[in-house]
Amino acid sequence: MKYVDEFRDKELINKVARQIRESVRDDRIYNIMEVCGTHTMNIFRFGLRDILPKNINLISGPGCPVCVTPTDFIDKAIEISNLKRVVIATFGDMLKVPGSHSSLEKEKGRGNSIRIVYSSIDALDIARKNPGREVVFLGIGFETTVPTVAISILAAAKEKIKNYSVLCGHKTMPEVLKALVKDGDINVDGFLLPGHVSTIIGARPYQFLSKTYKKRCVITGFEPLDILQGILMLVRQKTPMVEVQYTRIMSTNGNPVARSAMRNVFEKVQSTWRGIGVVKDSGLKIRNRYSDLDAERRFGVKVKRSKDRGGCICGSVLKGLSTPLDCKLFGKACTPVNPIGACMVSGEGTCAAYYKYKR
Amino acid sequence: MCLGIPMKVIKIDGDEGLVESGGLKRKANFSLMKDLKIGDYILMHAGFAIEKIKEREAKATLEALKGIAG
Repeated sequence: MKYVDEFRDKELINKVARQIRESVRDDRIYNIMEVCGTHTMNIFRFGLRDILPKNINLISGPGCPVCVTPTDFIDKAIEISNLKRVVIATFGDMLKVPGSHSSLEKEKGRGNSIRIVYSSIDALDIARKNPGREVVFLGIGFETTVPTVAISILAAAKEKIKNYSVLCGHKTMPEVLKALVKDGDINVDGFLLPGHVSTIIGARPYQFLSKTYKKRCVITGFEPLDILQGILMLVRQKTPMVEVQYTRIMSTNGNPVARSAMRNVFEKVQSTWRGIGVVKDSGLKIRNRYSDLDAERRFGVKVKRSKDRGGCICGSVLKGLSTPLDCKLFGKACTPVNPIGACMVSGEGTCAAYYKYKR
Repeated sequence: MCLGIPMKVIKIDGDEGLVESGGLKRKANFSLMKDLKIGDYILMHAGFAIEKIKEREAKATLEALKGIAG
């Protein structure tokens, strides 16, 4: 496949890994956090830890939007799915996420109308084709996904489609990174920053990481050669800065058209991240001018304060303080077939990655 | 979720069109793109093209990697 295979060249991978081994100092540990589920998965999938020097410690952070979705979002979605004529349209990896008492998959099994879609535009299409139904799209995802959902809301508003709305659970990256670096528990020297989020937001929102907090940062792509080049650039930085490895896709200015759509439809609010807690300005809310398309306001569902299951250490895993191997439930009570925490549910969750590759 | 896939633009019809990779064709929404042409490679995410792939930069990255590797 063009633009994929070349970045998986085995010989080149081994050569760059050797270059990394020659570039690191033996007398120190490099704690590098990645904050994207695809980085987590691909580091495992391509066996990159095995060819990196042992003193490079790759830590998985809160990079999986499904994993950081709080329980009460699922509870609200389930409540809405119980209402007459409602069809819930959602990305597939939300189905198994545990709510307080149930999951969307279980409710689907009980007869609630819950459909998997690949795009918010597909959800809008369901609304167009079924005027007698209320279609509610579950808006989960970071800045890569947000503009796509914004476009569906703008299209619905323009076409005056009355039976489409979005339950907004979107979150944004820079603010949670700020919360992480300010957290005294976390020990991170640098970040592999998410390449696709960055195609939208550009490089500027991350500058505070190197300027204020002296963290080394490289905005990195997802193929094994991208990840290795990103790590090499990180260990070679003499002074902390934000560099771009993923130059074939990313512009330092990001995608202004996408950002404009985001700003038109959404505004910043505080948001609760499963395992991390409340982070200021890290969430999005649909603006008042589109309140008709905001499922939260349209359906006014209230849910009881939810409790996460005892024993689950997803919070600690998401902050990079523990690995799934430290969890008593991992591989026993909590498996991909029967997940307890969100990190096991999502195809790109840290626990799912460990379960698949490293038991 | 960061699963962006490089695909080639084969049809443009206003804000929508078709993209293709390895024989697989799919519908694409181009609302987030400017100045798209048939034959451009784009990154697909959740049904949308979100950015163009720059061939020159792709080549430069590979050359740099080969240079690093010695």
